[in-house]
Amino acid sequence: MITRALLTDDRTGKWFLAIVLGLAVVVPLLHLVVPPSSPFHISTATLALLGKYLCFALLALSLDLVWGYCGILSLGHGAFFALGGYAMGMYLMRQIGTRGVYAHPVLPDFMVFLNWKELPWYWYGFENAWFAFLMVMAVPGLLAFVFGWFAFRSRVTGVYLSIITQALTYALMLAFFRNDMGFGGNNGLTDFKDILGFPVQANATRAALFAASAVALALGYLVARAIVASRLGKVLVSIRDAESRTRFLGYRVEHYKTFVFTVSAIMAGIAGALYVPQVGIINPSEFTPANSIEVVIWVAVGGRGTLAGAALGAVLVNFAKTTFTTGFLAPYWLFMLGALFVLVTIWLPKGILGTLYDFWARRRPAEKSAAKSETVPQPAE
Amino acid sequence: MTTLVPTDAPAPLTPSLLYLDGVTVSFDGFRALNELSLQIAPGEMRAIIGPNGAGKTTMMDVITGKTRPDTGEVLFDRGVDLTRLDEAAIANLGIGRKFQKPTVFESHTVEDNILLALKGDRRARAVLMARTSAEEARRLDEILEIAGLTAQRERLAGLLSHGQKQWLEIGMLLAQDPKLLLVDEPVAGMTDAETEATAALLKRISAADHSVVVVEHDMAFVRALGVKVTCLHEGSVLAEGAIDTVSENPRVIEVYLGR
Repeated sequence: MITRALLTDDRTGKWFLAIVLGLAVVVPLLHLVVPPSSPFHISTATLALLGKYLCFALLALSLDLVWGYCGILSLGHGAFFALGGYAMGMYLMRQIGTRGVYAHPVLPDFMVFLNWKELPWYWYGFENAWFAFLMVMAVPGLLAFVFGWFAFRSRVTGVYLSIITQALTYALMLAFFRNDMGFGGNNGLTDFKDILGFPVQANATRAALFAASAVALALGYLVARAIVASRLGKVLVSIRDAESRTRFLGYRVEHYKTFVFTVSAIMAGIAGALYVPQVGIINPSEFTPANSIEVVIWVAVGGRGTLAGAALGAVLVNFAKTTFTTGFLAPYWLFMLGALFVLVTIWLPKGILGTLYDFWARRRPAEKSAAKSETVPQPAE
Repeated sequence: MTTLVPTDAPAPLTPSLLYLDGVTVSFDGFRALNELSLQIAPGEMRAIIGPNGAGKTTMMDVITGKTRPDTGEVLFDRGVDLTRLDEAAIANLGIGRKFQKPTVFESHTVEDNILLALKGDRRARAVLMARTSAEEARRLDEILEIAGLTAQRERLAGLLSHGQKQWLEIGMLLAQDPKLLLVDEPVAGMTDAETEATAALLKRISAADHSVVVVEHDMAFVRALGVKVTCLHEGSVLAEGAIDTVSENPRVIEVYLGR
């Protein structure tokens, strides 16, 4: 019911949800039911790839919520994604049990290798799926809340904020690289066996994880849309466009920013948690600043401030990445990515979806004024 | 949220809505405000004139919490110390501000600009759940009417003309329903007809029991307002009184009006 109310004047949203939920059903069926001999069969590799794209789409959506609507250009959103991924990885490590190389019933292999005798306190509880899933949201959310509270209260904005978000993810990368942090150091967490009792590598599990990613993306869209369409969403846009004016109207800008930043980080964490079992590994390279910058490019390409566009941009750019990083063009991918960003900034400053919206908006008033008389009040542009 | 701070200062003789006493603000040794004292009575409209750099905008910054004074008292509405509050708290106490350059939310519609300015609970949770009430819709219509923007309500504010943006901003101030309005150069860049309409609008607002402080360079406009005038110079009050008295003051002529 709420969904229907939300989507009444959101045509893009209806299409977006229809496509994403359609994928959630069709892709697993094509993988599981259609025989491999058929040209419609989706291979395990393709399924994993598509699932990865959906997780990236959710990450892009979360960034668009803060950047597109509140003007917070986070260059560290990969950190929240990676933290969600680590929380999931810790759960998956605890599910290995005695099947590890060292067959230790409690300690993951890397701890045995480091000669640790007992589980560090911060690994407690992660054998429990519900606790782990809660941490997937709580850890990135809490970090974003604390970070946002201090940064936004001190009125750090613009490029300075972007730089400290970058520093945040870089610092976390360095920390997670250290073996004595207890997160597997350089190698990270891998060799997962089961998730919720099902083998991670099994086709049915992969199909279910894909469907879960699609559903998470759809829910993420609905949450973001609900925020953006509310009066609070209008305040966010006001903050983006004229922060001090918003303050002089009596809005506590720092509270609004912290709220939306935290929600966004939780979404990014969920995306990371769904990503890890599908790719089978999480390591500190996920914290690389370059990763977070790539997310910004996805959103810019798809159209910032459009939500669905951000998801579209993530899928398109990653599809291009998959295509061009295999084959003779591989050494030039980063140049292509850079060029893409420059070209989009110059020729498509509103991204793909933003440009399409402009195009439709320009056509529609023309149709209207042709049909109605001249005295019609100015249409919204 | 608002803290009432008792003061040791003797209560001013007339109950004033805004009370500035001995306010000094220095930027890198430059005294933007120098022992400035000023009082605005409830319901009063006051015009502030003065040459560039006289401290007019700094005074507004101090009152709205953007700038902290080095010394001096800034009291509002029976003793609330404004120097301890931030912009949002001061706005919620009932002080609205219009900037020199029209600042409206350009990617919102005219209607949404007013809606966001309407007096109400500004806490994030309340705003997240807010639905436009019948009372809000009525106020919205009323303010659009007063600001002469009813026909433009669905348009994006960024597409309005300069004069319309100025009125929209005044409309947003009205929506806030503040006790005190600070209006910085409302007629800069306006045509004569728009200037007259703006003077009428401000008088109407002041008649509805709002105190209004107008900073303006346009002497014809100040004359049209027909209110008490304060001339600032080098951060303090040079002359104060009726427009004719002030404009005949030799010091005012020397530093501001010119011969």
